[in-house]
Amino acid sequence: MQQSNAYIITFSVILTVVLGLLLSGTSELLKPIQKKAEELDTKKQILGAVLPAEQIAEMKPEEVNEYYASRISSKVVNINGEEVEEQDGVAVSAETVDVGKNYKKAPEDRLYPVFIFLDEGSEETALAYILPVYGSGLWDSIWGYVALKTDMDTIEGVTLSHAGETPGLGARITTTEVQQRYKDKSIYNEQGELVSVNMQKGEGKDYSEDPHKIDGMSGATITGDGVNNMLKNYLQHYQSYMEKIKEGGSKVAMN
Amino acid sequence: MSTETAEKAIKVKDTEAFLSKRRKKLITDPLVDDNPITIQVLGICSALAVTTQMQPTLVMALSVIFVVVMSNLTISLLRNKIPGRVRIIVQLAVVATLVTLVNEVLKAFAYDMYKELSVFVGLIITNCIVMGRLEAFALGNKPYDSILDGFGSALGYSWIILTVAFFRELWGSGAVFGVPVFDYVSRLFGEDFQLATNGLMVSPVGAFIILGLLIWVQRSKTGYVEH
Repeated sequence: MQQSNAYIITFSVILTVVLGLLLSGTSELLKPIQKKAEELDTKKQILGAVLPAEQIAEMKPEEVNEYYASRISSKVVNINGEEVEEQDGVAVSAETVDVGKNYKKAPEDRLYPVFIFLDEGSEETALAYILPVYGSGLWDSIWGYVALKTDMDTIEGVTLSHAGETPGLGARITTTEVQQRYKDKSIYNEQGELVSVNMQKGEGKDYSEDPHKIDGMSGATITGDGVNNMLKNYLQHYQSYMEKIKEGGSKVAMN
Repeated sequence: MSTETAEKAIKVKDTEAFLSKRRKKLITDPLVDDNPITIQVLGICSALAVTTQMQPTLVMALSVIFVVVMSNLTISLLRNKIPGRVRIIVQLAVVATLVTLVNEVLKAFAYDMYKELSVFVGLIITNCIVMGRLEAFALGNKPYDSILDGFGSALGYSWIILTVAFFRELWGSGAVFGVPVFDYVSRLFGEDFQLATNGLMVSPVGAFIILGLLIWVQRSKTGYVEH
């Protein structure tokens, strides 16, 4: 059967409006729940840099929140390593800083969150400093958290995430197997320059002797390069802050 | 519309049983004889991609069942209203909306699963099974029949990907639904014994092999031959 153009256009318009309302309605309805899920996921990623993956997997959502509240103290610094408490008259907190949005700004204007992993029962003794990093992989954004020991040099652990790397290849950066390779590597060389840790091309070699190299991911060299660039680029902006911590010793200047 | 015609419509309605023989066939046919994956060879992409573990595969299967059934129902209800010249784009809009709904719900209530399945839920839109059923069945049949047809096809898809996932997870990671079966079995044979897992099964190649074997077994049983 052949309908008139007017019918087709009316039909299409009505369909579009109905489907559009349905989608935006659902999105509005689910937004608060989704936001909670995202926040929980971020906390898991932050904790993932200092805790074994199995331990986090076993935690219930409330336990994650509780653990996070008692063990993580956070602050926001600028490129000079000075603590920032408000921006444009609005109070800032490390949890609400969108690293991805800040990534688009010039390095001098960005906000740099720092998550401090505290010793159990202590409010001052830091065990590790967890720094967010952000960059581009092969297809889309990649990000992660790097936990540095109090010498601000040795890596305690990392978590890496991605928006759209190839499953089975680049997406392997989210696996514990790959992330574990970063443990105990150091980001400064003997001359005190920030050289970061570089994932090599090819897979299956042993780099345990070299503190700045780790085994690569076969078939995902570009994602690996993306991770390398991300670490180096982002960590260098934290250098002033790192210097301050090193001078201040292992004790955190908490306000 | 007057009430009279409405009453008439009810009277005219066929008196077929709720699950008549013909309707049962709608569900059972796609399970083996006309399976979307092993016979029609549709939806292979996601069958390879999501089947490394049972749990995400189950979520994927449920999502596909929901999308196919609901889109079949919607299109069937609208079948006399949909203008023929834009029917494909109408089907696409309906399917895309349903898939987005699934994605939003997953994001809210199963965030880890949402992250793991990421693009594959979105790619249900392009799963040929969905559009195929809409074109081949829902456009020309009544809503209830269309629901059964969609359910049958989606179930045919689901049991295949779940079977593939079962063997891939078992042989590739030594587990079923994350339960380390291989570890338990190894313990029976003493301290030093450890069943080895096969890395090939975790990669897409493993899915091809399992799927190939599955098709082989099935066709040798049913005697189905490609023409």
